[in-house]
Amino acid sequence: MTYIAKPKFHHPGLPKNELGYTHRDYEGKISTLCAGCGHDSITASIIEACYELSIEPHRVAKISGIGCSSKTPDYFLGNSHGFNSVHGRMPSVLTGANLANRDLIYLGVSGDGDSASIGFGQFAHSIRRAVNMTYIVENNGVYGLTKGQFSATADRGSKSKKGVMNTDNAIDLVAIALQLGASFVARSFSGDKNQLVPLIAAAIRHKGASFIDVISPCIAFNNHAGSTKSFDYVREHNDAVNRLDVLTGRDPITVDYAPGTVQVVEQHDGTRLALRKIDADYDANDRLAAMTFLQKHAAKGQVVTGLLYVDPDSEDLHTHLDTVETPLNTLEAKDLCPGTSALEKINASLR
Amino acid sequence: MPVQSPISSVNDFVVRFANVNGSGSASANELFARAILRHGVPVSPRNIFPSNIQGLPTWYEVRVTEAGHLGARGGVDMMVAMNPQTWDKDVASIEPGGYLFYDSTKPMPTSKFRADINVIGVPLTAITNSTYTDPRQRQLFKNIIYLGAMCALLDMDPKIVEQLIAEQYKGKEKLLSSNVHALHLGRDWALQNLKCPVGLRVKKSDKVGDRIFMEGNSAAALGAVYGGATVCAWYPITPSSSVAEAFTSHCKKLRHDPETGKAKYAIVQGEDELASIGIVIGASWNGARAFTATSGPGISLMTEFIGLSYFAEIPAVIMNIQRAGPSTGMPTRTQQCDIIACAYASHGDTKHVLLFPEDPAEAFEFAAQSFDLADRLQTMIFLMLDLDIGMNHRLCRPLKWDDARQYDRGKVMTAEMLDEPGRDFGRYLDVDGDGIPYRTYPGTHPTKGSFFTRGTSRDRYARYSEEGAIYADNMQRLVRKFETAQDMVPRPLQANAAKPTKYGVIYFGSTAPAMDEAIGLLEARGHQLDRLRIRAFPFHSSVASFIADHDFVYVVEQNRDGQLRQLIVNENGIDPVRLVPILHYDGTPITARFIANAIGDHQDHLKVTPLRKAVS
Repeated sequence: MTYIAKPKFHHPGLPKNELGYTHRDYEGKISTLCAGCGHDSITASIIEACYELSIEPHRVAKISGIGCSSKTPDYFLGNSHGFNSVHGRMPSVLTGANLANRDLIYLGVSGDGDSASIGFGQFAHSIRRAVNMTYIVENNGVYGLTKGQFSATADRGSKSKKGVMNTDNAIDLVAIALQLGASFVARSFSGDKNQLVPLIAAAIRHKGASFIDVISPCIAFNNHAGSTKSFDYVREHNDAVNRLDVLTGRDPITVDYAPGTVQVVEQHDGTRLALRKIDADYDANDRLAAMTFLQKHAAKGQVVTGLLYVDPDSEDLHTHLDTVETPLNTLEAKDLCPGTSALEKINASLR
Repeated sequence: MPVQSPISSVNDFVVRFANVNGSGSASANELFARAILRHGVPVSPRNIFPSNIQGLPTWYEVRVTEAGHLGARGGVDMMVAMNPQTWDKDVASIEPGGYLFYDSTKPMPTSKFRADINVIGVPLTAITNSTYTDPRQRQLFKNIIYLGAMCALLDMDPKIVEQLIAEQYKGKEKLLSSNVHALHLGRDWALQNLKCPVGLRVKKSDKVGDRIFMEGNSAAALGAVYGGATVCAWYPITPSSSVAEAFTSHCKKLRHDPETGKAKYAIVQGEDELASIGIVIGASWNGARAFTATSGPGISLMTEFIGLSYFAEIPAVIMNIQRAGPSTGMPTRTQQCDIIACAYASHGDTKHVLLFPEDPAEAFEFAAQSFDLADRLQTMIFLMLDLDIGMNHRLCRPLKWDDARQYDRGKVMTAEMLDEPGRDFGRYLDVDGDGIPYRTYPGTHPTKGSFFTRGTSRDRYARYSEEGAIYADNMQRLVRKFETAQDMVPRPLQANAAKPTKYGVIYFGSTAPAMDEAIGLLEARGHQLDRLRIRAFPFHSSVASFIADHDFVYVVEQNRDGQLRQLIVNENGIDPVRLVPILHYDGTPITARFIANAIGDHQDHLKVTPLRKAVS
């Protein structure tokens, strides 16, 4: 995080979205991450996705834990409230925030240390509770802020910058998210903005637990030969299952009419998710197939990216709790307090 | 024949039921306590139970007390000994001249009795087996049969018990009639075969008035409903689980939208205590009133988030129902042992607001108030109950609410306020000099009022900073805020002795009823004490004044290390010599007898020398 604010000057010729906002309106403070950090690319993709969706920045709550990735919410949506909570506990804080006001958009940003180690439990339980959120893990397989220790997503056999071999098995957060019942599961690569931006946009539109694992090489500690989270490794082993655009029900925001078949998924809010299939056999509505597909490719050393699974009939925690449509944080005494008459009855029942 | 003459007392005695956990005795025993209440006679019951589902000993003690003493008294006048495992201990605990009620189906050797007590045998198993064939029925109705016999022995009105059974089984006619039948089986046998009544008797009175009979945990949960809590996240732990369960139950009855039937609340059973307090903090940060309920081990797990709440200034409420620690300690026994842990929870320099209700009525009031306090102070508020209040029914004044009362959301800046000309918003600006800054809820304004919440140091505008002066400025403001809290939290209540005295006593929470009674016992021994019941931390200035006004002051509490005393010494600069610890920590509720003996013996043996006034 930084106290260096970007200049407020906007070039009058900058393109504007439906709300009249420019990209600058979606930016935050200047990043203090290492130059070339994959996390900054993800930040740029988040900004792009929010711009394209014409989201009001202040209607987003951005919540993170602790670590390099968790610093990033300071670098986008400067007019949004952010919350840099404690290590690994972003999911619970986000869950509470979501319960308080179901009308905001919740963006949870986490890291592999944050979500796969100390916060593994909170990651799992927020997914299984179907909290309506976009949960992005900026996954670099290493602890950057404490200078280079392996994280729980580091592959077995991969080497650290100091040449130490990792002998522990890796946790695949995508596989876990699928197993836990996430209704939107994707993986992407920080260096593939064309894929990542629409994925983030679709995840934001999705009602329920949306999970995106973004491989984001750490250029300081994990971008060398022997690392499976390096730029070169991911580029060489990336296998994209599909490409997608997000259509809002009005005009398409992103236009990419590359050839291929299209699978349209109707979303709860009326928007449609258009999947451009590359692999003719891939069905993004089949959770079981997605799990098998993932494991098969992992065994080959391939990093599968794209939208792996989406449930068109998804629900969220508020649906399960059957809460009122009005945000709970706006209810007042007249809405909440049963008053003296009810209390008199309670008193009478206790005698 | 007992050497000791039988105890004879009307509306002033202690009955203890010794049972086996899981035998279904709890409802029969509670029925007994409620029946006496319906006679117009106050009772003070207590569950004494093991950390076990089934098979271990459990006791239920009912103090019948026309004088209205609501603390535990100590000693047993009549033991209903239904557990062979604890027979020897149970028989030994009976006061000389007291009564032993037992199942006489099988003969017992005379060595199992005491010469100085009165033995009442009822062949409960024989009666039960001759009436019921189903094993479960035999077990359950045996409890009602001994209740029937007790009615005869204590001269209780059976119609009152029948009425209570009717209320309990309303709409379940079959259960109602079978329970009433069992009641009369026991009563009739006793009337035909025993000298009824015995020396202990229940006589109708009018000493209950309009008071209610309620558990503290349920009262605190109801306070959360009235106080506007909409989010509850919790993780099961004894003795606090019934807070969340009661909140769920109250909300189901009181908090659904009449038009849509939808819930105006959200309750989540977290995966652990860390998640529960995280959810609470997230909800509070986003403007909802949220709380969790836990006990000591839960507090240990939550401390990281508690520190965040303090430093990032996020309102939240924790209801801590204390049990005996440390570690797993005695999960089903009562103590007041989390005072220091909560007052200074988390690393670094922290101070948290604690509230100490004395009974269910105050638990209700303080619980509701805690949400106002959390919002006004933008910090964590601990409602400090213990098992003795939380899981026992207490007689207390009726719950009250003022319909004109509005929730005090504290300093929340709206979009309109942010747009006011010249308005400067800095999340941690001390605009009013009271240490309490303004906050905004997420989503308030398109371009103004957003800020980044973090547990790292920042300046008054919420911008990250590791500048020493900026950090110190922030920490000083937090101290200022804590000082402001002194006048917001419930003040101590002082009661002076009948005669001028140089001695005082400080106490708090569940100790209150035993303390009130102990004062009378001490007066009878010739000792006068002024007393001060502390109801909150930070301490009001009257605490230091009270100590300064007395040569020395006893501090009565239910823990080993005198934690409240430590806190007073630490926070008020009191010479520790001035504060005499009176400590009870075996896990049982403190009794008036214990307090009176401990203070009385100290007073009796004291060679009073002038002590210097040591309040700095």
